[in-house]
Amino acid sequence: MSFESMYWPEPRRLKLTVCYKMIYFNNVSKIYAPDSVSLKDINLTISPGEFVSIVGHSGAGKTTLIKLILAEEKPSEGTVFFESLDIHNLRANDVPRYRRRIGTVFQDYRLLPNKTAYENIAFAMEAAGKSDDEIKSDVPHVLELVDLIAKTHHFPHQMSGGERQRLAIARAIINQPEVVIADEPTGNLDPINTYEVVQILKKINDLGTTIILTTHNRGVVESVGKRVITLEKGKVVRDDKDGRYVI
Amino acid sequence: MSWIDTKRIFRSGLLNFSRSGVVSVASVLVVTITLCVITFIILLQAVLHFSLAQIEDKVDITLYYTVDASDQQMMDLEDSVKALPEVASIIFVSRDDALTKFKERHQDDYLTLQALEELGENPLSASLNIKALDPTQYEGIAKFLGSDNALAKDGTNIIDKVNYFQNKVVIDRLTNIIESARMIGILLTFILVIISIIITFNTIRLTIYIAREEIGVMRLVGAENKYITGPFMVEGVIYGFIAAVASMIIFLPISLWFGERMTDFFGINLFHYYIDNFFQVFVIILVSGVALGSLSSFLAIRKYLKK
Repeated sequence: MSFESMYWPEPRRLKLTVCYKMIYFNNVSKIYAPDSVSLKDINLTISPGEFVSIVGHSGAGKTTLIKLILAEEKPSEGTVFFESLDIHNLRANDVPRYRRRIGTVFQDYRLLPNKTAYENIAFAMEAAGKSDDEIKSDVPHVLELVDLIAKTHHFPHQMSGGERQRLAIARAIINQPEVVIADEPTGNLDPINTYEVVQILKKINDLGTTIILTTHNRGVVESVGKRVITLEKGKVVRDDKDGRYVI
Repeated sequence: MSWIDTKRIFRSGLLNFSRSGVVSVASVLVVTITLCVITFIILLQAVLHFSLAQIEDKVDITLYYTVDASDQQMMDLEDSVKALPEVASIIFVSRDDALTKFKERHQDDYLTLQALEELGENPLSASLNIKALDPTQYEGIAKFLGSDNALAKDGTNIIDKVNYFQNKVVIDRLTNIIESARMIGILLTFILVIISIIITFNTIRLTIYIAREEIGVMRLVGAENKYITGPFMVEGVIYGFIAAVASMIIFLPISLWFGERMTDFFGINLFHYYIDNFFQVFVIILVSGVALGSLSSFLAIRKYLKK
């Protein structure tokens, strides 16, 4: 079974060219305290199907940017839009539904420690209201996709770092999100696992899903070779379309 | 909430409980201690109730008629006393009954019996033993007996004496002891229950604090609050259920031990009381445990569910 047929059993997306704004930061600032400005006057647009790498030193504002997209934080000024949705004007009840449109992958994996690989993925599907039949049919597929079918009933602590990260990716894509946000996904991985994770993200992007990747890893950015946004002290200092890593 | 959501929440709660190992055991132990305190309080209240009832039962006042009071006059006064709302019961002791009892009591006292023989007539008067509904009401009854309302129809006083005034100090002291014991019981119950609830709440809060990152992950994957809160509340219910069963079992040998050794002291066989009321006590303990577990979980998790 091909990657494509496993990920999207019925291809429903086309590779989109930049045609409208998917994520739009409009004069966004995030100030925690007068002397702690995390983001300042950010204006950026991410279009559907893009693969955007966000680079910058620690404290440059990468994680804050991600938190704003995930509605974990509210901007001090400005607005963040997801398509036509003002993210931070969502009602509390609508936030979970909004988050289901985004898959997330983190450096520290953020898996549910008391659940097996199967259950970790099934939980995301249950949260999205999927039926038991869908869960039974889709979870093995996605586990196979990330080469973890042999670890179906293993708990996260019984898996290696690379396996955990692949499991986190499987969970992120199981509900076929419009965007996958990967915050330093290779930070804890050796070069081989890093390569595997990047390859999976590229394949997901090839199938039409927008990817937002934050990283410190020059090799990752160069192997992706797509748009790179550089943050410095909370400001966008570079936005290259040709995948250049310059800090 | 749909059936499938409910099923998933219960399954998830059960799995979390069985997989949390030491944390689950520690939580169950703490809830068990709390429920043991509540069971202890229930038994303490029973002991207190029976002991105080026994003491109360020993408090009464006796009205002694004059020797020349007629039967009709005594019956009229008896009816008046019986009609008082404070009176729980009365027992009339006739002169003959009083003499019989006196003889029985002094059957080994030859001198007293001989002196009685030499008198040639019954020197004892009839009496009326009066029990009030509440020990504090004796004073009111005694006042009634000292008033004109207690005089016979022809205006004569047929009451020789009322022993309330001799026993007043003892009755007042007993009344105070009973009231104080009740107050201390209520206060002790209140303090113990509050302490137990706080300890349980903090323990469960700690278990949820341990799971705070897990809660964060659930929120990130878009789980609704019911999906996050539900399994923790189910775990709380399981803690409560297991703790309720455990505390009921723990109190079987404890009540048996007290029943065998302390029945005379308490005035109640604690084991029999426990067995006779086993179902009611279990329901109280179960409801307390389940409510305590689930409510503590619910309150503790709210903090982590803010947007």
